[in-house]
Amino acid sequence: MHDVVNAAANFIHLDSATILYLFVVGFVGGLVSGFIGSGGAFVMTPAMMSLGVPGLVAVASNMCHKFPKALIGSIKRAKYGQVDVKLGIVLGISAEAGVLYGASIQESIKARYGDAGSNLYVSVAFVVILAVVGGFVLYDAVKTYRGGDTDKEEVKTKLAAWLQTINIPGTMVYFKSMNARMSVLFTIPLGFATGMLAATIAVGGFIGVPSMIYVMGVPSMMASASELVIAFVMGLGGSFKYAMHGLVDIRLSMIILCGSLFGIQLGAIGTTYVKPYMIKVVMGTIMVIVLFSRGLMIPVYLSQLNLIAPIAEDTTKLLKNVSFGIMAFALLLGAFIVLRAMWQGKRAEKLALAREGLIHG
Amino acid sequence: MGDYSSQKKKPYLAALTWGMVSVAIYATLLTQQDLINANFANGGVYAFLPIGAAFLFSLVHGSFTGHFWTLLGVEASKKHKEAK
Repeated sequence: MHDVVNAAANFIHLDSATILYLFVVGFVGGLVSGFIGSGGAFVMTPAMMSLGVPGLVAVASNMCHKFPKALIGSIKRAKYGQVDVKLGIVLGISAEAGVLYGASIQESIKARYGDAGSNLYVSVAFVVILAVVGGFVLYDAVKTYRGGDTDKEEVKTKLAAWLQTINIPGTMVYFKSMNARMSVLFTIPLGFATGMLAATIAVGGFIGVPSMIYVMGVPSMMASASELVIAFVMGLGGSFKYAMHGLVDIRLSMIILCGSLFGIQLGAIGTTYVKPYMIKVVMGTIMVIVLFSRGLMIPVYLSQLNLIAPIAEDTTKLLKNVSFGIMAFALLLGAFIVLRAMWQGKRAEKLALAREGLIHG
Repeated sequence: MGDYSSQKKKPYLAALTWGMVSVAIYATLLTQQDLINANFANGGVYAFLPIGAAFLFSLVHGSFTGHFWTLLGVEASKKHKEAK
């Protein structure tokens, strides 16, 4: 994969500004993760690379902060009764297998078409997946809001209801989040596909959470919480793999973790104040904005592959900066929606309790 | 009408204890960077070092951050707790 000695030699020098920067990025990413179960990785890795961290070290160090963060987040949300540990572990293990397969596809594309080809493949997959899945999630959230059904219990999709009726003897497992039994012959391939796509677009939750909601019939609140279990399982396996090759810069991982553990606790608390459709609002919004960020880079990769006319270096630099800016904006907007929804929920609860107090006494 | 969260006993001691341990491990991480880089990124069986450190930091700092928000009065919705 790489030279172990060289990896350690390339670890960056940390000054106060860098530490503060990583802490803040970690906090915002953690806040969003605590709420929707994922997010942040798409900013964390480029944020580290912008500091001069080599790509693979950035990916490895991000992953090594992800699994302890997800562990704390899932424990917190389990206290609120939102986690389906069994589903998280089943999907996590099958997703890990998907990641390995997805990574091998990535490697073969890179070997055949080089860095630009690999980047183009990742960006196109990112845009297509996020446009379809993110668009649908956001559409569903808007539909719920406009229909005035925000207080109603979520209705399972027809697909999820149908899958739950299929009885394959010897493979049926009861999942509390679905309040139903589902064959592992469905959950394992879904987990595998999630992992495969996660290896490609690097944000498994963008696939995992919607697939739990719309394909398996898991309520949004439990899907986003169980995603943290998946992130833990996948992150632990992935981190170990990278650590075996000496790619994890533990200083970077732990500084990001320092901020993200403040954030993830806050995001998890936030879920207790909001209606379930808010999970879809935050997730859909981030996904749709991020797709533009990656979409902007497609012409750059096309030009590097000589598929279109060459793009000037200055334009490439500008597109890269704008792309990163859009990603950071998506994450900040997500964090803003979470904090706002949480503040509104907290205020409404205070008012309700005050009214109750007046009535009773 | 008081703040309902303030009626409960706040975990000052726990927050302080976990906070101090958290500061200690982060101080070690930042002051011993050369030693850590020299040992944690060796690959192979040394992979257990960064993984173990991640578990240790998450336990210590996670406990601290949990108590930190409780001290600030940022807690889960009471309605939600009752629903459990």
